[in-house]
Order: sequence, then structure tokens, then C-alpha cells
Amino acid sequence: MNTLLGLLHTGMRTIWDLLPIALIIFGFQFLYLQRPVPNLKKVLLGFFYVLVGLAFFLEGLELALFPLGKTMAAQLTDPEFLGIVHTENIHWLDYYWVYAFAFAIGYATTVAEPALLAVAIKANEVSGGAIGIWGLRNAVALGVALGLVLGTWRIVTGYPLHWFIISGYLIVLIQTVFAPRMIVALAYDSGGVTTSTVTVPLVAALGLGLAHNIPGRSALIDGFGLIAFASLFPIMTVLAHAQIAQWRAGRQPLSSPEN
Amino acid sequence: MNRLRVPISLQPLLNSLRDLLPIVIVVSTFQLLVIRQPLPNLLDLLLGILFVVIGLSLFVKGLEMGLFPIGQSMAHAFARKGSLGWLLLFAFALGFGTTIAEPALIAIAREASEIAAAAQLIHSSEDAMQRYALGLRYTVALSVGLAIILGVMRIIRGWPIHWLIVGGYICIIIITEFAPREIIGIAYDSGGVTTSTITVPLVTALGVGLASSLQGRNPMTDGFGLIAFASLTPIMFVMLYGMVIH
Repeated sequence: MNTLLGLLHTGMRTIWDLLPIALIIFGFQFLYLQRPVPNLKKVLLGFFYVLVGLAFFLEGLELALFPLGKTMAAQLTDPEFLGIVHTENIHWLDYYWVYAFAFAIGYATTVAEPALLAVAIKANEVSGGAIGIWGLRNAVALGVALGLVLGTWRIVTGYPLHWFIISGYLIVLIQTVFAPRMIVALAYDSGGVTTSTVTVPLVAALGLGLAHNIPGRSALIDGFGLIAFASLFPIMTVLAHAQIAQWRAGRQPLSSPEN
Repeated sequence: MNRLRVPISLQPLLNSLRDLLPIVIVVSTFQLLVIRQPLPNLLDLLLGILFVVIGLSLFVKGLEMGLFPIGQSMAHAFARKGSLGWLLLFAFALGFGTTIAEPALIAIAREASEIAAAAQLIHSSEDAMQRYALGLRYTVALSVGLAIILGVMRIIRGWPIHWLIVGGYICIIIITEFAPREIIGIAYDSGGVTTSTITVPLVTALGVGLASSLQGRNPMTDGFGLIAFASLTPIMFVMLYGMVIH
């Protein structure tokens, strides 16, 4: 019963979330393009599906994905589970299962991500076949996995987030100078698309749970940032992959339509 | 879509199941082999996962029925014949509207408001939390709208993307120096959150449509990059929002 009420409540709020895009689409259609909406019935039914779907999804997040991430974080950092007797000085290496879980979840969710497959196919086309579809997917998934490992390590140790992200940017900038030009825009885009709607809440909950459970960390300051790692690292790996592919192809610059 | 031959109506359901499958596999492997403890509230978890699958399937199905075809045909129409002013207005509205409806952003903003309330950064009343979450989302939506304008200008004028990105990074580094520590994590995360289910297909349609309708532009290389801007500007704007709010 409580669940049902929550669903209704979320549904009502969801209407406000969808109002702007509905107004924009219909507004521009009538005012500027001055065309009636084709298949109006189907479109309205579609909007209704979107509304109900969003309400279910958000309720499901509260029921499953957020608690799941936090529970995993709590269980994996439990001193009893780790076999730690003295809780006052825990070494970061003691949390090895956290890093293992971060790696596994990063790799598995990314390799299965459909948006990434689309990017990989495009990269394959743009590079004239030099960049393999599987190689790229693997590289990106590895990038997300390593990013999450580093991100969880940062939460454990409590170093400031911006040191990592800014150094990451600097590496990306240096890579950009040397990478084949036509891959650059695609690589930057790939950072955003690898973190899917399902992965984001789980990873966020994992970070917040870790910051909550590890002594001396605050959820507010240390808990966020994992998604930033997961979006930055694929840019590096895509650029690196393109560079390696170019280097392997005999140091011949790949044909670029811009030059 | 040549992977599976299933009725069209089942495709979204299969897709969201496939999205969740790796998570279920990894989590249950760890639970069974490593932690070896039952998950608390297993029933709630299963119900929640069912909700996520139903919700995401309906959501995507609905998008494919209504929003995507119209949005994409509009994006193409504006890209082809629009005057610059209308085109930019549409670009901004598209970025703004899709971001407000982005599910992952709604979830993260809600979570951020709970954390901020728990840390007594804002009042812990339902009202104050909702205002904080909404403020965060409007900030991100505004910045995505501006990012799409910038991206469209880049495609029209043919500005090289890496100079804009470099400039963006430098701005972020400078603003980080002045931003309160509590907002930095949320700000950096919001860059990756903004661009998923709704925003990417519509914005990419605008970019590719624009690049293919302009002479001397290659849709393959010039059509992309809009998403990259949309993941950069939220970082700056959310930090600025934090400076104002905290």
C-alpha cells in the first residue's frame, strides 16, 4: 500500500518534470513550424507511457538500486567481514574487496552498454576500420573499471576530488594534441554516454555508502565523484586506443576530412 | 537493430533487462561468493528491480512512440531551414527540456538534497530539500541549454572542438579554486549524469542534421561534440550554484 502511494506521489511530481519538454515540442511545432502533430494519438499515448515509466523507474530506484549500492558498500567495508581487529588504523589496502567490486561493476555495466556499441560502430567507420569495435568497447569498459577503482580509492583515502579530475583533464589535453583529429569529438562524447541511467544511481549510492561507512569520511565531501571518474576515464582510453591503432597502422595519419 | 528478432513492443523490455543483467550478475556473485550473507530486504529489492525494468521499458517505449520522432524531425527541420535566431532558441529549449526530464539527474539531485540536509547545509524540511534539488536541476538544465547553443554555433562556424574543450577545462580549474568543497563532488558528477536517456538521441539528431545540411561539413566528424559540451558546462554552473547557495 505504501509502495502504491509512493508511486502515485512520484507520478504527480513526474508531470512537472515532463512539462517543459512537452511545451517545447508542441510549442515549436505550432508556433514556428505551424504544422499539426502527425499521429497525435500515438504521441500522446507515448507521453503517457513516459510519465508512468518515469514514476515506476524512480520508485524502483528508491526501492532497489540506491539501497543495493549502500548495502554493498556497508557489507564490503564491514570490519568484521574484512577481519580487522583494530578499527582505528585501517590501511587503504584492507578495503581490497571494495576495489574488486568497483572494477567488476564498472567493467560489466559498460561492456553491455548499448550506447557504447553505437559509439564503437561509428568510431570504426570514422577510422576506416583501424579501430576495431570490440577493442574499443573493451578499452572503454576497462577505462570505466579503472576509473571506479581509482574513485573508490580516493573515497577511502579522502584526497580531494579535484586533484584527480584536473590531472585527468591535463592528461586528456596532452592526448588530444597527439590523437587523430577525427576521433577527438567522438572520444569526448563517449565520456558522457558510457554511464547509463541504471548504472549512475547504483554507482552514486556505492560512493555515498562508502563515504558513510569508512571512518573519517563525510558523505557530502567524499561521497560524490565516482560518476565523474567513470565519465573522464573513457575519454582517455578512447584517445589512447585511437593513438595505438594509428601507431599500429604504420604511423600514417588517418585521413581527416577537416584537413 | 538486427540483434534479435522480437516483436517491436518487447524490445524495450529486453533492453532494460539487459541493462540490469550485469548489475544483477556482479552483485549476486559478490553476495554468494565473497560476502556470503543474505541481502537485507530482499523482497523490496526484487520489487524495486521489477519497477526499474517496467519503468525503464515504458519510458523508452514512450519516447520512441512520441518524443523521438517529433523531436528528431523538428531538429532536422530547424537545422535545414531555420533562421539562426530560431535555431539557437530551439537548441537551447531542447537542451533545457530534455535535461529536466532526465531520470538519472532527478535521482541524483534528490540524493544530493538528502545528503545536504543530513549535513545541515540546508533545512531538513521536505520543502527545503525539494527546492535545493530543483535548483540543482534547473542549474544543470540551463547549462546544458547553453552548451547546445555553443555546440550549434561551433558546427555552423566550424570552430575546432578541442580549443573550446580546452577553454572549458581551464574555466573549470579556475572555478574549482573558489567553489566550496561541499559542491565540487556533485558538480563533477553532474557532468556525467546529464547526458543519458533522453538528451543524447535528440541532441545528436540536431547535431548530425545540422552538419549534414551545411555545405563542407561532415556529419561524422562535425555532428558530434554536442554531448561533450553538455558534460562540461554543468560542472561550471553547478559550482557557481554552490557558491551562491552555500
